[in-house]
Amino acid sequence: MATAIRQLDHQHLVLPSPLRLDSGAMLDGVVVAYQAYGTLNAARDNAILLCHALTMDQYVASPHPVTGKPGWWDRVVGPGLTIDTDRYHVICANVLASCMGSTGPASIDPAAAKSYAMRLPVVTIADMVRAQMALLDALGIERLHAVVGGSMGGMQALCLAAHYPARVGRALVIASAARHSAQNIAFHEVGRQAIMADPDWQGGDYYGSGRVPTKGLAVARMAAHITYLSEAGLTEKFGRRLQDRDVKTFGFDADFQVESYLRHQGISFVDRFDANSYLYITRAMDYFDLAEPHGGRLADAFRGSPVRFGLISFDSDWLYPTTESRRIVQALHAAGAEASFVELSSPFGHDAFLLDSPELWGLIAGFIGSGR
Amino acid sequence: MNTASLRADLALIAAQVPADARVLDVGCGDGTLLAALRDDRGVDARGLELDAAKVSAAMARGLAVVQGDADRDLADYPDDSFDIAILSQTLQTTHRPDQVIGELLRIAPRAFVSFPNFAHWRVRLSLLWDGRMPVTRELPVSWYETPNIHHLTVRDFCGFATERGLVVDGAWYLANGQPIGTTGANWRAEQAVFALRRR
Repeated sequence: MATAIRQLDHQHLVLPSPLRLDSGAMLDGVVVAYQAYGTLNAARDNAILLCHALTMDQYVASPHPVTGKPGWWDRVVGPGLTIDTDRYHVICANVLASCMGSTGPASIDPAAAKSYAMRLPVVTIADMVRAQMALLDALGIERLHAVVGGSMGGMQALCLAAHYPARVGRALVIASAARHSAQNIAFHEVGRQAIMADPDWQGGDYYGSGRVPTKGLAVARMAAHITYLSEAGLTEKFGRRLQDRDVKTFGFDADFQVESYLRHQGISFVDRFDANSYLYITRAMDYFDLAEPHGGRLADAFRGSPVRFGLISFDSDWLYPTTESRRIVQALHAAGAEASFVELSSPFGHDAFLLDSPELWGLIAGFIGSGR
Repeated sequence: MNTASLRADLALIAAQVPADARVLDVGCGDGTLLAALRDDRGVDARGLELDAAKVSAAMARGLAVVQGDADRDLADYPDDSFDIAILSQTLQTTHRPDQVIGELLRIAPRAFVSFPNFAHWRVRLSLLWDGRMPVTRELPVSWYETPNIHHLTVRDFCGFATERGLVVDGAWYLANGQPIGTTGANWRAEQAVFALRRR
């Protein structure tokens, strides 16, 4: 539960100065929780920043402290693996507004001596990146060898490369987009409304009340989870098969396997995620549009960029479809920036970037190792 | 990878590329030419390739290659964004070769184009004696599955260049992977390489 999450001790750093957010608000005493793998070399030029997706966290290659499950990319990040920690110093920070140790709605507002809850200022993807750059400053890392991210992590990677082109050599953006589409926003709004409609949400002030909006958060997760899969993937995995029964019950139990699966996804999610964090992070994603400050001209976000960009999409991903990656490639070409792009074939939809794929891993390794 | 071990037409083209040139290889395959240009000469060479597996292979070699279609996606590149555009053994696979060449010379002031010559004597013989679409060393795939949809000859290409007002800076002809002279090239050449420039 949310209270259990808060009691964990995460490796972290308190930012020495207040963080100015896109909203104009100043946030003091910002905590950035992170995990690091491999050793920073003497030249301090072998650091790779991994940016995590919406509901993930900094536990990339170490067991999750709540679930005990292996890290979300532990088959990719490690000694001798695709992102080789014998060679690179890999850092992953919990994003601002999340719930695994970084400042978020569950954190104590020092001014009020209680959780921020909905009093935390709304943050953006750029704010998340700002917090991570401040972490790098504190760690004495001036320039990254690469920034790598999938989904929302890809948005951070793009944003970092656009805003700090001198501080990163390569940006690898997997299954992501330079803006949230109306459809993306619509699905997120369903999730947020599910949370806020739960009586246990209590306007966000549920911390310490003994009640947590688990039902709302579970429904939000169920809706979102559908967007991470493909129709073909769902059909292949579940079809119309029934769950532990031979005939329909003519009731509203989870008759179908797909229902049972989604319920499980929803229920297990609430054990490791804070509902208010879900509201804040989905909002940050909805606000994301890298072209907006440039009058809609995405190319202007990358004009003259020395960063090498790599983009990978999946043909069955309808959440961040190939057209979004192509739009970024077009902008990079127009901006004269160096770009690589490939659409991989996978039946698994958006989630494909997290699944075992030697083809994807080969691309990641090749891209990270490229150039000087 | 080095330029010495390249396919004959690619080696010819590579030899003409200055080290400081920005190069776009359209239909770059797995990036063989790009890798040779980069590794041998430090050329800033990038690619466009339709086949995802080949793009993956090129990206895994650390090359800057974008998956895309020469017929459609060249439009994304700004005018003069490269010094040299290369189209090797790809022209005959495009839907609109004329437009593709137009795009090449919009993106770069100079272009190299190589293609199999459909007027080579083996091709002519095959048509003349057997009355069948030729399957040769240069055109190894049967008519029903060949990616080559716009066959052309050396003379076709020369005529096209004249018609469109393109300057031919050089032409090279190959048979058995070896350079041959210009005499009777339209009969003798299995492959042709043209260097083009905007007028």
